[in-house]
Amino acid sequence: MSARPDLLRRRLLAAAPLGVVAAAGAGFWFMLAGLQDGSFNPRSVPSALLNRPPPPFDLPPVEGAPHPGLSSADLRAPARPVLVNFWASWCVPCIIEHPQLMALHREGVPIYGISYKDRPADALRFLAERGDPYRRLGADLPGRVAIDWGVYGVPETYLIDRQGLIRWRFAGPITADVLNQDLRPLLRRYA
Amino acid sequence: MHHRLPALALLLALLAGPAGAAFLPGDRLADPAAEARAQALGREIRCMVCQGQSIEDSEADLARDLRRLVRERIEAGDSDAAIRRFLHERYGDFVLLRPPLSAFTLLLWASPLLALALGLAVILARRRQPPPAPAPLSPEEQARLERIIRGP
Repeated sequence: MSARPDLLRRRLLAAAPLGVVAAAGAGFWFMLAGLQDGSFNPRSVPSALLNRPPPPFDLPPVEGAPHPGLSSADLRAPARPVLVNFWASWCVPCIIEHPQLMALHREGVPIYGISYKDRPADALRFLAERGDPYRRLGADLPGRVAIDWGVYGVPETYLIDRQGLIRWRFAGPITADVLNQDLRPLLRRYA
Repeated sequence: MHHRLPALALLLALLAGPAGAAFLPGDRLADPAAEARAQALGREIRCMVCQGQSIEDSEADLARDLRRLVRERIEAGDSDAAIRRFLHERYGDFVLLRPPLSAFTLLLWASPLLALALGLAVILARRRQPPPAPAPLSPEEQARLERIIRGP
């Protein structure tokens, strides 16, 4: 009689490892799914600049580009949220995210580019071949402004709200999933 | 004899020892004391690209930029604390290989103590509770036991 609950407890205990394995399996599955669509990046680190204004900087235009350069004054109080995108023509993930930037550009979202350690001619060829989503384009040849922003690789994208504060940073390519699941809701929220 | 060549090359590579980060001549400070300071400081700064290495050990482009930056700041007369603060403001806690104690990292630093306390709590709880007495035999079991004791 009293042996029954005891037996049940033992059986539950024996099944516990199976439960742990099942939970770990589910966790790994979600991680892999996130890795695939870009929403999970195990190497990403939160930005130290979140909810703060961008650092002061003043970048010249990319030589030969039809855009003005970019400075922190341009980000002080934008009329609508803007994106600041660090990129380079030599960066392969930048090719992956380019169609999403073009889509945002067509929708009228202002995107300011910072050309990171890139030769002007290479940058211009990239934009001529794949389309140009930028309204402004600053040239950061030595990569020092990128360090002031806490950039640790290209592409990196920052969302700046109408108060001129950094609200979101994404390290890595903005895939279609990242665009639809993360960025679009944020653009609506800060519009 | 040809097959010995790769083995020889491997031996030479092993003898050469672990390669540190490649320094360009301009990357080192002329003053040995200042250079030693820069290296000690650099070993506490995480390379954000490779993440498991310090900027002194890493070949990554950004690590080289940060090594240069640390040396520029030292030459400009900044203190170690000021340089650490400079990097911390830009890259956050993660850039410091020894994270600072803050409300956010308190759990990290306290985790060994917490694990010890948890283990002690489990041991004490087990001790206080004597193992449950075995359930009394059912009448059938009792009868079977008696039969066994009596023998065939």
